Amino acid sequence: MRLRVRFTKLGKVRFLSHRDLARIWERALRRAELPVAYSQGFSPRPKLHFGLALSTGHESLGEYLDVDLDPTAALAVEGLGDLTARLSAALPDGIECTAVAVLDHPGPSLQEAVTRCTWAIELEGPTDRAEEVVAALLAAPSIMVSRDRKGRVTEDDIRPGILSMNVTELSGTVVCLRADLGTQPRTLRPSELVAALGSPWSERRVCRLHQWVEDDGALREPLAPVVAVGAP
Amino acid sequence: MLSLWPRLEPLLSRVSKPARYIGCEDGAQRPAHRPGDVSWLLVYPDTYEIGLPNQGLQILYEILNERDDAVAERSYAPWTDLEAELRAAGLPLFSVDNHLPAGDFDVIAFNLSAELTYTNVLNCIDLAGVPVRAADRTDWHPLVAIGGHCTYNPEPLADFVDLVVLGDGEEVVGEITAAIAAARSQGRAAVLRRLAGVTGVYVPGLYESCTGEDGRFAGLRPVDAGIPSQIEKRTVASLADWPYPKQQLVPLTEVVHDRLNVEVFRGCTRGCRFCQAGMITRPVRERPAEQVRTMVTEGLRRTGYDEVALTSLSTADYSGIDEVVADIIGCGDNISVSLPSLRVDAFTVGIAAQIQKARRTGLTFAPEAGTWRMRQVINKLISEDDLYAAVESAFSQGWRRVKLYFLIGLPTETDEDTLGIVELARRCVEIGRNYQRSPSVTVSVGGFVPKPFTPFQWFGQNTVAELQRKVALLRTAAASARGVQLRWHDPRATLVEGILSRGDRRLGPVIESVWRNGGTFQEWSEHFRLDLWLDAMADAGVSVDEIVHRHREEHEALPWDHLSAGLHKDFLWQDWRDALAEVGLPDCRWTPCYDCGACTGYGIEHIVASAVPPAGGSQGTAVPVLLRTAVGV
Repeated sequence: MRLRVRFTKLGKVRFLSHRDLARIWERALRRAELPVAYSQGFSPRPKLHFGLALSTGHESLGEYLDVDLDPTAALAVEGLGDLTARLSAALPDGIECTAVAVLDHPGPSLQEAVTRCTWAIELEGPTDRAEEVVAALLAAPSIMVSRDRKGRVTEDDIRPGILSMNVTELSGTVVCLRADLGTQPRTLRPSELVAALGSPWSERRVCRLHQWVEDDGALREPLAPVVAVGAP
Repeated sequence: MLSLWPRLEPLLSRVSKPARYIGCEDGAQRPAHRPGDVSWLLVYPDTYEIGLPNQGLQILYEILNERDDAVAERSYAPWTDLEAELRAAGLPLFSVDNHLPAGDFDVIAFNLSAELTYTNVLNCIDLAGVPVRAADRTDWHPLVAIGGHCTYNPEPLADFVDLVVLGDGEEVVGEITAAIAAARSQGRAAVLRRLAGVTGVYVPGLYESCTGEDGRFAGLRPVDAGIPSQIEKRTVASLADWPYPKQQLVPLTEVVHDRLNVEVFRGCTRGCRFCQAGMITRPVRERPAEQVRTMVTEGLRRTGYDEVALTSLSTADYSGIDEVVADIIGCGDNISVSLPSLRVDAFTVGIAAQIQKARRTGLTFAPEAGTWRMRQVINKLISEDDLYAAVESAFSQGWRRVKLYFLIGLPTETDEDTLGIVELARRCVEIGRNYQRSPSVTVSVGGFVPKPFTPFQWFGQNTVAELQRKVALLRTAAASARGVQLRWHDPRATLVEGILSRGDRRLGPVIESVWRNGGTFQEWSEHFRLDLWLDAMADAGVSVDEIVHRHREEHEALPWDHLSAGLHKDFLWQDWRDALAEVGLPDCRWTPCYDCGACTGYGIEHIVASAVPPAGGSQGTAVPVLLRTAVGV
């Protein structure tokens, strides 16, 4: 049986790395006394499958994790009722479990299934030209950026990854954007988008609001709606 | 006090591993600072990854926060990138709990576990916005305190600290808190004078250093008759009364020793003559087995860890260790137990086999010296047979790699002793071949640094050139020994440890100069700068040879003579003479007392559950041939 868990990463814990998060979840699952399946071999590890990594320093309202449960352990679905609360209690402040669902059919992994993410991006910089520059980016047929990948510089067009983008707030020297950025075939990171906007703007705060999977052209969140347990 | 968090947050996006600075660990406290409280900032003067697991700091953090007259928060040395950001932004060192400015605390207390962190102590004081020299501080500044093993010779840091605490901290932190609360309305000088009256507390500013006609250190004396001439260490009589940490901190990011730690006993009477920890923490005080079991099961449940370390200076010596280990393994699947500091014998391997059922990759032993003669000198009485039996037992039960720790530069060491290290390793590989296709033995070699309050405190440390020559001998020998890998500690770092280990107050300007020239994080090889130390020594007119390489004389004044770990100086001197005569000394847990002074001086005793030595035989438990004291054989 596989569980899919949705959780937040807000506040001070935004500075934790993806690796840190994996260790925190291993301990939290043990503390919540969930019968997690372990890998075979000399060094058994709990079978956890994380979704798309979140950059260190970014926050999120919608992170996902798949947990394989030990098939030999008896566990009734109705026994999962208070699981969100039990997991949240075992997690540090800022990481809160907001929903758990049972996946009847494991299906594709989170990294394969998710096609886009919605981001709230807070920038520091001039407010007067922000709308204009955002419009210009959306109008551009291609936006080439170069990336250094282990010493090899590659050129990439990030324009196809910008699925939507608009300015939501302008105040003082703060510009707030909301953007849907694609994750297939290549994940477009908010920091790359900020870099493409140009030098007067710098990143203040970034929060992932949603992750989306596509079902027959319709967008839905990755939690299977079949047996949602403890969803708010 | 106002939280610095809003001003720190933007900086953290720009530094490496920012999770080190956020706090938020399970077990972390965010105490409310009440008026009248004595506030402590407990600082480990190295990175968070190294400092967080420190059990001493965690124990005091809990004990202080349980008091109704104290609060405690924690801090660690910020890495160089954050330090630069803090200085550029005009922000001070901060606590990781409430992110409060370090300079706003009443006491900034450092845990001193390694000499090479001394320049970080100065850097942290400076980053706190506090004058680095104690003499320049006013009533408005915090008191700077140090505790931990290095404080048995605090003299190199005497210019920079207000108080030094000797020995176990559990009880004395409360007494210090009370003394500060009672006297602080009368000003800093009154507080310090009052603290000088607390047993275990040394206030360096109330003592003057005397210099002999030869320019050398000639002793310390109190500035007036109201100040004690001798400062005794503190010892808690029973660990059963102190089941701490109760809420061990569970870090959110990667640290060393990331596991549950349960201290099973404190103190060690094996009597290894190079080992300062074994001398200054006597007597042996075992934690009751029942309490160990409770601390392990409750700790695992609370933290979610899948690994527990049973810590002490030699865990296989704990009475009934095999039953305790069996109980822990029985309490859950996928729980692993680690036993740091294993004794070298087959019994120990048996316990290890019980623990590591699945993953038998490496096992570590510390024979410390390559020949039986040398091991008699250092009183690490492991016979060749013990070692080979242990190694055979390990390889035959599936371990593929054995790691052996050794010291070079020990008193009376000859090239034959040095080369004995490789010979021993070579023989271990041969034994392994009977069981494995390609057994591997890793030899790890460190240069010996003589420490205060050990029988070797009079010994002149080997020079860098001599240690390098010995390393070269070992490298040549190891090159032709198949299956033997050699690793060694940088002899240049060993030299600086030697300077700080037994130096006196003349080192104050040296440490300050190295720090002012950017010599922080000296424990990190990429930051280590021998040139800064040598230049500073030359500028201060202090001879490296005099401090490090010279053999001390029996009656000369030692910079730590005014401090006491209970050990009689004549006991240590006799043990030094015995070492030179290659005579061993048995473990007094199971043999008659030889009156080292550690128990008798304080009216305390060993607390050992078993009156008989553990099975297995090595290291003085099976009485070796050459022993000075009659032990009824």
